[in-house]
Amino acid sequence: MDWPLLLQLTLNGLIVGALYGVVAMSFVLIYKASQVVNFAQGEFLLVGAWVCWWLLTDWQLPFWAGFLFTLAFMTLFGIIIQVVVLRPLIGEPVISVIMATIGLGIFFQALMKWIFGVFAKPFPPIFAADQVSVLGLQVQTVYLLSLGISVLIMLGFAWFFTFSKHGLAMRATAFDQQVAQSLGVSVPKVFAMSWAISAVVSAVAGVVVGVVNGVSSALSFYGIKVFPAVILGGLDSILGAVLGGLIVGVLENWAQYLDAEWLNWGNMYTIAPFYALILILLIKPYGLFGTKNIERV
Amino acid sequence: MTAMIPAGEYHATYREDMTIFPTRNSRYALWIGIALLCLAPLALGRYELGLLITIGFTGIAALGLNILVGFTGQISIGHAAFFGFGAFASAWLHEYAHIPVALCIPLAGLMTTAVGMIFGLPAARLKGLYLAIATLAAQFILEDFFARAQWFTGGVAGRITEPFTLFGWVADREESYFYVVLAYVIVMFVAAANLMRTRDGRALVAVRDHYLSAEMMGINLAYYRTLSFGIASFYAGIGGALYAHYLLFVSVEAFNILYSIQFLGMVIIGGLGSVMGSLMGAAFMVLLPEVVQAGADALAGGAVDRALKIGANISFLREMAIGATIILFLIFEPDGLARRWRLIKAYWKLYPYSH
Repeated sequence: MDWPLLLQLTLNGLIVGALYGVVAMSFVLIYKASQVVNFAQGEFLLVGAWVCWWLLTDWQLPFWAGFLFTLAFMTLFGIIIQVVVLRPLIGEPVISVIMATIGLGIFFQALMKWIFGVFAKPFPPIFAADQVSVLGLQVQTVYLLSLGISVLIMLGFAWFFTFSKHGLAMRATAFDQQVAQSLGVSVPKVFAMSWAISAVVSAVAGVVVGVVNGVSSALSFYGIKVFPAVILGGLDSILGAVLGGLIVGVLENWAQYLDAEWLNWGNMYTIAPFYALILILLIKPYGLFGTKNIERV
Repeated sequence: MTAMIPAGEYHATYREDMTIFPTRNSRYALWIGIALLCLAPLALGRYELGLLITIGFTGIAALGLNILVGFTGQISIGHAAFFGFGAFASAWLHEYAHIPVALCIPLAGLMTTAVGMIFGLPAARLKGLYLAIATLAAQFILEDFFARAQWFTGGVAGRITEPFTLFGWVADREESYFYVVLAYVIVMFVAAANLMRTRDGRALVAVRDHYLSAEMMGINLAYYRTLSFGIASFYAGIGGALYAHYLLFVSVEAFNILYSIQFLGMVIIGGLGSVMGSLMGAAFMVLLPEVVQAGADALAGGAVDRALKIGANISFLREMAIGATIILFLIFEPDGLARRWRLIKAYWKLYPYSH
C-alpha cells in the first residue's frame, strides 16, 4: 500500500467532495423549495464560469469585480429561468418538469459551446503562489481557497435557514405550501429566490473549478455527479447533500486508487459513483437523511 | 361497420369502444398509407429513403419508451444505452454464433430485454424521479461497458455488421432495407396498439394513473413495472438491431445521453401515451436537424452567417434546437403532436359548423 498517495487522494477527494457538496446543496435547495429535480444544475456552473471568464479576459476586470458581476448576473439568470420556463409547468407531472430542465441543460450547454468554443480555456492567474504545503502534502492554493469557500457557503446556508426571515419563509414553503401561503409567504417569490440562490452558489463552484482546471463543457458533468451525492444523502436534506458530496468525492478517488493498483479497468473515477448510486437506490432509496415518503390513500 | 361515425358516443359494447378502427374509412386509410409506403422506393431518392428508414427504427425505439413513460408513467433516461445494446447484440450474435441476420434482430431484442430487466429490478420499487436517476446511472454504466467490453462491441474501433439477408435476398441498399424496416414498424406498432387493449395494457395505464388504487384492484405493481421496463427494452433492442444492419457499422460513442434525451423528446413531442404519436415524434426529431441545416444553408454567406459563425457551429445549433423544442412543446403543447392531429381531425369532422 502506498500510504502517502492514498492520503493525498483522500485529501483531493475531500476538496472535490466539498465542491460536490456545495453543488448538491444548491440542487437540494431547489428540490426542497419547488419540488423540481434540476437536471440543468451543471449548466449553472458552466454558465457562471464562462461569464466570469469572459469578464476577466475580454473586459480585463479585476477578479473581485468580475466575480461580483457574475454573481449578479447569475441571480437574474436563475430568476428568469424559473419565471419563464418552470413557472408555466407548476402542477404538471414529474416527467414534464424533468424534461424541461433536461431541455434547458442541452440548450445552454450547446449555446456555451457555440459562443466560447469547445476547448478548455484557463483563467488568468489569480494567486501568487501556486502550491502550498499542508502537513507535508502539496495542495494547490485554489484548492485550499475552494475548501474555504465551500465551508463558508455551508455556514452561510446554515445561518440563512436558521435565522433569516427569507430562509424561514423558504423552509415553511418546503414544509407545506398552502400553510405558508396562508401565513403571508409569497410562494412564487420563494420559488424564484430558491432558483436565484441555487444559480449563484453553483456559479461560485463553477468559477472555483474553472480556476483550477480551466473552463470547458466538462464542468456540466458536476451536475450529473450531483445525483449520487444527493441520493446518498437523501434528496431533501441539506446536511445529507454536504455529507453525500464529501463521500462521493472520496469514493471516486479511492476507486481510482483501487483501479490503478489492482483492477486496471480504467475509468473507475467516473463510473464508481454510479455503481454506488444503483446500490443505494436498491437498499435505501431515501438516503441517509431523506424524509421517508409514506403514502396513504 | 359504417363509413363515418355519427356525432356523439353511441358505443353499446366494450368491443366497439376498444376498436382500433372506428370506421371503415379509417381502416382503408391505413391500408392505402401502407400501400403508398410500399411504393415509396420507386419514387424517392436514396437520401429520402434513408430518412424514412431512420424514422422507422427510431420510431420503434420511441414507441418502446412511450409504453414505459406514456403508458406506465415510469421515466427512463437510459433508453439510448439499451438501443445501443441491441445494436451490438445483433452484430455480436451474427459474428460469433453465426446466426443469420434475420434471426439476430429478434434475438437481440430478447437479449436487450434481459439486460433491461436487470436494470429494471430497481424499477419495481422505484418510481418517478428516483427511477429517472437510476436509469441515468444505467446510461453511464452501459456506456462505460460498451467502451470496455472489446469482445462484445469491438471497443473504441467499433464493430462492422453484415447486411440483412433472408433466403438469399440481400437488403444492403436503402431501396431493399426500407421494406425490412417497414415490416418491423408495422408489426411492432400493431402489437403495441393491441397490447393497450388487453388486460395487461390496461393494468399498465392503471399503474400510471393511480398506482395505489391499481394495487388495491389486484394489480401487482412490481410485476407490471418490471414488465413495462422489459417491453421498452425489447423495443429499444429491435430498433437498435435495425440501426446496426442499416449503417453496417456500430460505434461506441453513438449511444450517449444526448441520444437518450432525444428519445424522451420524441415521446414528449409525439404525445405521451399515444402509439402513433411515437412515430410522429420520431419523424419530428429526425427531420429537425434537416430543417436547421436548411435554415443555415439559406443564411449561408450572408451577414448573419458571418456574424454568428453559423456554418461552423451547426452541430451546436442542432442541439440547441432539440433543447428548445422540448421546452416549447412542454409549455405550449404538453400533449404533443397526437393531440394536434386529433384537433385537426375534429375540425374537419365538424367542418362548416365547428362551433
